[in-house]
Amino acid sequence: MRPPSRLPTPESRGRHARGWSAALTGLPAVGGAVFLVLLVLPMLSLVIRLPPGDLLSRLGQPLIVQALRLSLETSIVSTMAVTILGLPLAHLLAMRQFPGKRLLEVLIDLPMVLPPTVAGVGLLLAFGRAGTLGRALSALGVTIPFTTLAVILAQMFVAGPFLVNSARAGFEEVDTKYLRAAATLRASPAYTFLRIVLPLSLPSLVAGAAMTWARALGEFGATITFAGNFPGRTQTMPLAVYEALQSDVDAAVALSVMLLLVSAGLLLTLRTVSAAPRR
Amino acid sequence: MSIRATTLLLALALAGAGGLAGRGAQAAPSPSPIEVFAAASLTEAFTALGKIFEAEHPGERVTFNFAGSQQLAVQIEQGARADLFASADQRWMAYLKTRGLLLGDPVIFAANRLVFIVPRSNPGKISGLADLARPGLKIVVAADAVPAGHYLRQALARLSMAPGFSFGFGQQVLGNVVSEEENVKAVVAKVQLGEADAGGVYRSDVTSTVSDKVTVLDIPDPYNVIAAYPMAILARAQAAKGARDFGRFIVSPLGQQTLRGFNFLPPP
Repeated sequence: MRPPSRLPTPESRGRHARGWSAALTGLPAVGGAVFLVLLVLPMLSLVIRLPPGDLLSRLGQPLIVQALRLSLETSIVSTMAVTILGLPLAHLLAMRQFPGKRLLEVLIDLPMVLPPTVAGVGLLLAFGRAGTLGRALSALGVTIPFTTLAVILAQMFVAGPFLVNSARAGFEEVDTKYLRAAATLRASPAYTFLRIVLPLSLPSLVAGAAMTWARALGEFGATITFAGNFPGRTQTMPLAVYEALQSDVDAAVALSVMLLLVSAGLLLTLRTVSAAPRR
Repeated sequence: MSIRATTLLLALALAGAGGLAGRGAQAAPSPSPIEVFAAASLTEAFTALGKIFEAEHPGERVTFNFAGSQQLAVQIEQGARADLFASADQRWMAYLKTRGLLLGDPVIFAANRLVFIVPRSNPGKISGLADLARPGLKIVVAADAVPAGHYLRQALARLSMAPGFSFGFGQQVLGNVVSEEENVKAVVAKVQLGEADAGGVYRSDVTSTVSDKVTVLDIPDPYNVIAAYPMAILARAQAAKGARDFGRFIVSPLGQQTLRGFNFLPPP
């Protein structure tokens, strides 16, 4: 005689529990898959829209080459500048406690939250000809808006926080016993930084630089607002994509695929380099 | 700190998504609004027209998407939901017509003329149109794909033949261009902020909020390009009746009078 099916038997309860736990372990997998589709599908759709021959023939156009070159040059310069100027700040935040530290942290994070167009207006109001600092600069004969320098400044503003935060996390992870040992051996702070802190936090620095560079490469809103749009001078790839999108969707797609490929290549290289075992 | 910041950001993002979803759910029961895609230069005038229309037609709601005509045309082509399209030139209306995306023929409802504007502070010391050719000036125009930019290039070519202007005038002015903006309002912004020495825009862009910050340099009529603004109901319109009512209102005496108030010209 079988018990009525409504009553839970120990084994059915077990099945039930197993079902739940299967669902609970399955759920994150499904969530992950959904997220992956959301991330990958748009990029894949861009890549497969044009036949490869069509894509190749568009990529040689001088306007595209010019925009790509400008994008690479400006994003590399801004990443280097942010690294040089950002490391002392990251070091300070990682190693010292001081009044107003919270405020400084928030100030450094804010550019990541600010809509890039607003960032562009802010840059104009600061470094523009009539701006708070720009007025003085312009008296010296230096005008920044509509120049390649403006493109670099816009990239530094929006992408810089990524480097500072990542480098700071790297510095914080350095075991203090090494620093104490160095201090006992009377190593100068500069020596300690260059020979101990920097090598130990290199993976974080590389990751931070990669994030900064990627964000700089994709910068659009602050650039078009602060630097304007002029081929060869301020028209970076994202601006060229935007302009192309308004008249020729396929040209915009070709440009985007180009940008995707270059970025994928460089990010992959950086990942490989930073993951390589060090002796 | 960084994990907490990430959690906070995630929470904010989810709250934002929830808010959006909630809005969508709320909007469903009320009648669908009339979606109007209109050229950036129509921003102020159409916003005012929409308010008057809604007051006259209780229950109707008009929502706007303002951007460069070329951008709107591409959005519509790519399947954006829109009921009425008002373009700053015939080129982008024709673009949609040849793709079978219009319901019926476009109607010209207004016209506009081009002017140059100079910041009140006049950093480039420009006193007339002829000064625009002086080397070293920073001039901002709309890109050629933008109707205003396209017309401006035509007007500059015509001015090159005008008495009092050098034959290379147009090329010299274009040589001073430091930025090709994606819509005409961005040109206004850069002149208003004093970053550009001059910019080419529509007369209607010199709105009451702008007029005390810039000086207008008129381009004489024989050399000016008069932009005709066409509008049309779209083939995929979901609120075609409401869109038609709004279109009729725009060409009505009250609608036309409102447009005049925003410095638009009557249809040629």
